[in-house]
Amino acid sequence: MTAPILSVNGLTTVFETRIGTLTAVNDVSFTVGPGEVLGLVGESGSGKTITGFSILGLIDRPGAIRAGEIWLKGTDLRKLAPDALRRLRGDRIAMIFQDPMMTLNPVLRIDTQLIETILAHRDVSRGRAREMAEAALAQVGIPSPAERLRAYPHELSGGMRQRVVIAAALMLEPDLIVADEPTTALDVTIQSQILFEMQKLMAARQTALIWITHDLTVVAGLAHRVAVMYAGRIVETGPVDDVLDRPAHPYTHGLIHSIPSATARGQRLAPIRGMTPSLIHLPEGCAFAPRCGRADAACGTAPAATDIAPGRWLRCHHPLEAGA
Amino acid sequence: MTALLSLRGLCQTYVSTPDAAERIANLVGAKYRETRVRAVDDVSFDIAAGEVLGLVGESGCGKSTLGRMVAGVEPPSAGTLAWDGVTLDAMTSAQRRAWQLQVQMIFQDPFASLNPRMRVEKIVGEAPVAHGLIRARDRRDYVADLLEKVGLSADVLTRFPHQFSGGQRQRVGIARALALKPRLIVCDEAISALDVSIQAQVLNLFEDLRAEFGFAYLFISHDLGAVAHIAERVAIMYLGRMVEIGTADEVFGDPRHPYTRALLAEAPRLDRRAQDYAPIKGEIPSPLAPPPGCTFHPRCPVALPACREIVPAIEAGPTGRRTACLRENGAAA
Repeated sequence: MTAPILSVNGLTTVFETRIGTLTAVNDVSFTVGPGEVLGLVGESGSGKTITGFSILGLIDRPGAIRAGEIWLKGTDLRKLAPDALRRLRGDRIAMIFQDPMMTLNPVLRIDTQLIETILAHRDVSRGRAREMAEAALAQVGIPSPAERLRAYPHELSGGMRQRVVIAAALMLEPDLIVADEPTTALDVTIQSQILFEMQKLMAARQTALIWITHDLTVVAGLAHRVAVMYAGRIVETGPVDDVLDRPAHPYTHGLIHSIPSATARGQRLAPIRGMTPSLIHLPEGCAFAPRCGRADAACGTAPAATDIAPGRWLRCHHPLEAGA
Repeated sequence: MTALLSLRGLCQTYVSTPDAAERIANLVGAKYRETRVRAVDDVSFDIAAGEVLGLVGESGCGKSTLGRMVAGVEPPSAGTLAWDGVTLDAMTSAQRRAWQLQVQMIFQDPFASLNPRMRVEKIVGEAPVAHGLIRARDRRDYVADLLEKVGLSADVLTRFPHQFSGGQRQRVGIARALALKPRLIVCDEAISALDVSIQAQVLNLFEDLRAEFGFAYLFISHDLGAVAHIAERVAIMYLGRMVEIGTADEVFGDPRHPYTRALLAEAPRLDRRAQDYAPIKGEIPSPLAPPPGCTFHPRCPVALPACREIVPAIEAGPTGRRTACLRENGAAA
């Protein structure tokens, strides 16, 4: 087995607020290998975005990483000086955000922004940097890239902007890309174009990709492995086929059966009852217990991560028949 | 049988006239023209009482504008809209008011669609009192009853919107729509902003309420899964035009229009693994400058030369389903 590109162990990120400590990410561990796509799935407030931010060292006060290790190819990112981490970001690790306008500066042309990034990390001439930027745009399927380089962000459509951001992330051939809901705001036909490009590029370059999303259907088509988060913890993880076809955690099972489709027309959906808990008033023990049909007294203590198959584990006292 | 709602050749054109600076520029010889957007172009369909019609399309296709015209939020610029068999022009003021009360809307953003300074009792109860459906002193009981129907307890009556989660707010929005005893509810992306597990709860609620009250839905969404789940008939829109309409089984089981096919092929699904994406090319054109002929032809994998010139009419097939495609309708053979 090849060594993982990224290995996260026991990551815990907290936010100190006036009404108490909020544990947004709680003892999260996972690995991503070269060319592998990990789908990090959860509903709003599950901690999936903060996990991504923690990896890139983007947690600001009142937030702080309380515990854990983040190994990127043999370097513990938590032990790096801010300056060293800054040099790593954009070069070895890149992040793609949901809203491309969060990444792009609206008053600068695309070429200014891309060339600036290249010159910040590489000792190349301006002309060479321009060539690299143009090649990057071509790679993500932007037609006539030389012209698009001279455009301002507002002159591009939403899908094109997101492609530019993806091009910027790929430009310096990072080892790891963290993508936070990059296609959520896009239309179906445009989303499919972008997923198509990402899939191709990740496989060709052996880049590790973490795809953060609330949408299990996107993960189904794109990811190799999936990790499901609930209230700050990973509650179930494993290969995509195993987890989606035979979910073992009641929450994963509930999520899958909440997705409407033509096959269920006329039938009632089986939603998860209740709503996502506030991270400040988390119940003792399993955070999902109040919404879970299988919960009993045992769920008053937090379930430990239990392996049920190679590469597959979950946190639940009463898992559904799975893995079999 | 008269349809509850009947649209014939409905259009909405927005015109932007030159602003002051542009008018001055025109005086010195610049040529600023008014720009026209055909947001909705020649749309015709009926909704029967108690029926769920799903309206699907990508951004800018005019689905929200259509919903707003159906609900009477904005008047159409051309075409006819008939409610209960009476067209807009022929309506008496009493009929017009009945139409406007009997069509209610549920909006996408549960944060923007509730007045943050009103308590729930007033949000839900204001309209039925104003329109004389109930007396002011019955308001509290009436609203409490409605809240129970949408799965909220009566002790939220005195709360403000910010005290609710997104899913609960959407339930308040639904209760507000129910308060006027509507016969048609226009749901404009009503579940898109909610988490998956909450979406399923709200979809179930829509079905329960329909079973209880028997109203019709115009369910506008870009989410094919949700529409396939709830709708009996489905209309697909692209750049202001309706390209296909039929029963949900027909449209999802045997799509005729190339755009519908592309949408269905590309919508991510749970059972589709390691998907080999084969996206249709190109972007959605700007509605300001739509392509001539069939607006889908620049992206269409099976476009014919004639598609660049002829605007395909939406024609009825033998089963009553309609498709706007030259290939399908045989005009290009």
